[in-house]
Amino acid sequence: MQDWSAEALGALEAGLLEQVADSSDSASLEAARVAILGRKGSLTEKLKGLSGLAPEDRKDAGRALNKLKQAVEAAIEARKGALQDIELEKQLEAERIDVSLPPRASYVGRLHPLPQTVEELVAIFGEMGFSWAEGPHIEDDFHNFTALNIPPDHPARQEQDTFYLPPDGEGQQKVLRTHTSPVQIRTMMSQKPPIRIICPGRTFRSDHDATHSPMFHQVEGLVIDEATNMGHLKGTLVTFLRAYFGLEDLPVRFRPSYFPFTEPSAEVDIGCDRSGGRLKIGGGKDWLEILGSGMVHPRVLENCGLDPARYQGFAFGMGIERIAMLKYGIPDLRPFFESDIRRMRHYGFLPLEVPSMVRGL
Amino acid sequence: MKLTLSWLKDHLQTDRSFEEIVTKLSLVGLEVEGVEDPAAALAPFRVAYVREAEQHPNADRLRVCTVEHADGVSQVVCGAPNAKTGMYGIFAGPGSYIPGTDMKLKPGKIRGVESNGMLVSEREMGLSDEHDGIIELVGEPAIGTPLAEVLGLNDPVIEIGITPNHAEALGIRGIARDLAAAGMGKVKPLGLTRHEGSFDSPIRWHIEPGEAEVYCPAVAGRYFRGVTNCESPTWLKRRLEAIGLRPISALVDITNYVTFDLNRPLHVFDADKVAGDVTMRMARAGEEILALDGKSYALDAETLVIADEKVPEAIGGIMGGEESGCTLETTNVFLEVAYFDPIRVARTGRRLGVTSDARYRFERGIDPEGLTWGIDVATALILQICGGEASRPVLAGTIPAPEQRVALRPERVESLGGVAVAKDRQVAILTELGFSVSERDGVLDCLVPTWRPDVDGEADLVEEVLRIEGYDRIPVTPLPRSGDLPAAVLTPAQRRRTQVRQTLAWRGLDEVITFSFMDGRQAALFGEVDESLRLVNPISSELDVMRPSVLGNLAAALQRNADRGSPDLGLFEVGPIYQDDTPTGEPWLASGLRHGLAVGRQWQGDSRPVDAFDAKADVLAVLEILGAPVENLQTSRDAPAWYHPGQSGQLRLGPNVLAAFGSLHPKVARSYGLKGKTAAFEIFLDRIPFPKAKSKAKAPPEISAFQPVERDLAFVLDREVPAETLVRAARAAERNLVSSVRLFDLYEGSGLPEGKKSLAIAITLQPKTATLTDAEIEAAMAKIVAAVNKASGATLRS
Repeated sequence: MQDWSAEALGALEAGLLEQVADSSDSASLEAARVAILGRKGSLTEKLKGLSGLAPEDRKDAGRALNKLKQAVEAAIEARKGALQDIELEKQLEAERIDVSLPPRASYVGRLHPLPQTVEELVAIFGEMGFSWAEGPHIEDDFHNFTALNIPPDHPARQEQDTFYLPPDGEGQQKVLRTHTSPVQIRTMMSQKPPIRIICPGRTFRSDHDATHSPMFHQVEGLVIDEATNMGHLKGTLVTFLRAYFGLEDLPVRFRPSYFPFTEPSAEVDIGCDRSGGRLKIGGGKDWLEILGSGMVHPRVLENCGLDPARYQGFAFGMGIERIAMLKYGIPDLRPFFESDIRRMRHYGFLPLEVPSMVRGL
Repeated sequence: MKLTLSWLKDHLQTDRSFEEIVTKLSLVGLEVEGVEDPAAALAPFRVAYVREAEQHPNADRLRVCTVEHADGVSQVVCGAPNAKTGMYGIFAGPGSYIPGTDMKLKPGKIRGVESNGMLVSEREMGLSDEHDGIIELVGEPAIGTPLAEVLGLNDPVIEIGITPNHAEALGIRGIARDLAAAGMGKVKPLGLTRHEGSFDSPIRWHIEPGEAEVYCPAVAGRYFRGVTNCESPTWLKRRLEAIGLRPISALVDITNYVTFDLNRPLHVFDADKVAGDVTMRMARAGEEILALDGKSYALDAETLVIADEKVPEAIGGIMGGEESGCTLETTNVFLEVAYFDPIRVARTGRRLGVTSDARYRFERGIDPEGLTWGIDVATALILQICGGEASRPVLAGTIPAPEQRVALRPERVESLGGVAVAKDRQVAILTELGFSVSERDGVLDCLVPTWRPDVDGEADLVEEVLRIEGYDRIPVTPLPRSGDLPAAVLTPAQRRRTQVRQTLAWRGLDEVITFSFMDGRQAALFGEVDESLRLVNPISSELDVMRPSVLGNLAAALQRNADRGSPDLGLFEVGPIYQDDTPTGEPWLASGLRHGLAVGRQWQGDSRPVDAFDAKADVLAVLEILGAPVENLQTSRDAPAWYHPGQSGQLRLGPNVLAAFGSLHPKVARSYGLKGKTAAFEIFLDRIPFPKAKSKAKAPPEISAFQPVERDLAFVLDREVPAETLVRAARAAERNLVSSVRLFDLYEGSGLPEGKKSLAIAITLQPKTATLTDAEIEAAMAKIVAAVNKASGATLRS
């Protein structure tokens, strides 16, 4: 005889809930569920017992028993969630790693300062309408010397320490270009003015010591049209130097000088400060020679087939190593050509941004 | 070129300060390379009078002096034995720096007696080793006179870099002329006196007809008898020493002096050592001369010599001979004042490898009129210093009289120089510089002075006007712009180089720039080097040919870095190689070389050396960012000989090879001393086609609404068949359906027949119009298997 009293049902509920709460993991919880709600579960059996009650009693007992069943089912669900949380906790604990370990190695290479400086030159002169002209490194006598108003016995030619290649069948000897000026010649011979170019590139002189490398880089510039005068030469170079060194008030001085391919010619100095044994660009009372320039010599124009009575313009040139050294504090030529990783990684650039005026150099 | 201030003032009347003069020199085109003022270090030291020198109360060897100096009277304790009452010495006050002892003077007590300053010795001044006593001056010099002035050391030295066009500035008078034109003073008259001579020269000049007349158009001279060669007077020695010349004897010093003073090289022969007359003639084969530099020179028929009746006595325009040189015993002298052709002197000097002050000047062009005034200047100095008697001058040849006239349109100064200079001012400047200017129809007709052989065009005159007027007067004018925004100026090829450099750096390679030349012996490893690319005058045999490949230089760099403790590195260079000596023979490559470990030792897994696939990945990354059709590339096994024959390849589009990659040939690696594995690549940037699309606008992407299907297939095929054959066949079999074929497994070894391998690929089918049914998938796979089998002989792995 089953007891359907409220006290008995209350005791049953308490017992079942305790059974659920006692399960310590998913498996024991499932076992408890089967033991209570399975086909032969204790609660299932109890529900079956309803059929033996008188109809008037069956209604109340059924309602009470159903409530009990819902409470037990809810308890099982709740216990299931709680047990999953506990198990996840355990799993996470088991998956713990030492985050202080180093990650997989990766390395971003560094870009060489010279091409980087060329990019800066392009960025600045590009804004002023100069394009980037190129030419061969192995040149003939005409483009490297004669067209530039440097005849064979000219002292300037002797001072250039030219590298020579073997004479060809006609006795003509090619040379490694001693400056990038042949690119100017090639441009003037192939292109009608107006011309505005810069020609950065490799140059060669047979000189090798602490301050000379047999290969080095120059950038030259050329403007040819019908009206460009020395005022424009000054304007262009002052603008360039101030932009390149990032000093709006950089003092710039033009001094008369001599180059066979320009007349009048000017050397350009920038203000610097040598006090305290260190060189600082800008300000100060000292001057540092930085580049050579001048109005293109009428004979050079003629040699290129341009009428000097109609066309004129200016040219300039400077050493790229030198301006890179000055801007980036590189003390000597070693970091440029020795490929010593210790220096390259120190002075090299990350491949993050191509220099541009609007982004800032 | 060096000069001293006092020497300059021989020619320049000026009240400008030394600093003003130095600054102006650079601004007129005579670049000051250095200034040395020996007086600067001696500035604190001045003449003082010792009123009284008494015995020190506590020391036998010390005296207590009461010294009267420029700033008052001081008590000084002095240990010098010659300190005495009434002497004039040199006083250094407290606070002055004593160069000889490297000390700063402080007031103090010496043996209980106060001492404020010191009386100095020559050694303490750094002037000599003399330390027997303090400096004792003779006479009664004014108290406070600077020591430098007492010693005649108050003459600052200026060093100027002379450009080849300013030959006249190789004489101090020429420098003075430029300064005067630029407002720094007035040029003093040279004050020439003509000495007629009292007898006929027993030696006469001759010029051999022919080439010698071109080489030396004219030569003058005269004979001096009864001279006394001696040590030069102090003023002359001091000047020569100040500009770095060693005084030798009066006669020789005079020729050097005139060379630097007036840019007029001279030569003096000991007349008693000259046999008969002297002739300017071309050297005969086999002739030889011992020159004044102590070296012997073999002469040839292109060299002009000054010969007596027997042998050459000097190399014309370059250097005198030892045999006929003047010594202290010389009593009869024959003077040479010549003009030589600049080009011929330059050639001879180069051929013989001799540099001299004379050659330097003759090859830049001296004033031919110096044949006249040079005689007068030299005569005056010789007679003044060495006495004797001068003959009447002798001359051979015709003195060149260049009459170079250049027209200057006054407005050209502004149209070329950018600054307006009044016509009168232009005339004034040119006149000051020695030009004779007359005006005709608004054009200035300028007769160029004989000492300016460089001036031959209007632009030269514009420069003369501007450099004296001052380049600082030229306005700073911006270049006119062609529009509001700058145009794109880079060519696609130029932009690509930057893209390639960035890509390779991001892939972990460091960028280097190596020389365009390399060692010819090692260059041979990279193919035959054309003889036309072998330098005639290399710096060294290690840099004697133009590089046929960049890999050699990269290998050498890697080896050096490995020696320094960094063996696991990748380097790249974007630059040219040299194939022939024509303008098209210098293609640009991106070359790279990795060495050692690709993955270093690490806690997460095994390390791994670099291999050919690292290089292939670098190449493909570059080709992809450059927009090359990477999917269509074919891999061939025909990489150049400097690659490992079994671990290298080339990526090509049909016949067009875009790149080579692989491990270096072990012989190559060994020859560079590389011990680790290598992965090399060479990408021919000029050969990579540019993407065809003209517009930047893109067509919409093809995104299917239907589920893609992935299926794996494993094949067995001959080991020799390239994987690419299989992959390409699979891709081509169902072009409309197959969206990707990815090879994910390679197996060789047990379980497979000998000579076979197994490759597994993952195929993605992407339907475009409807979801694929199982039957459609099966049909597609069957078609792929058949196509793969046909192309490669591969069968499905059971």
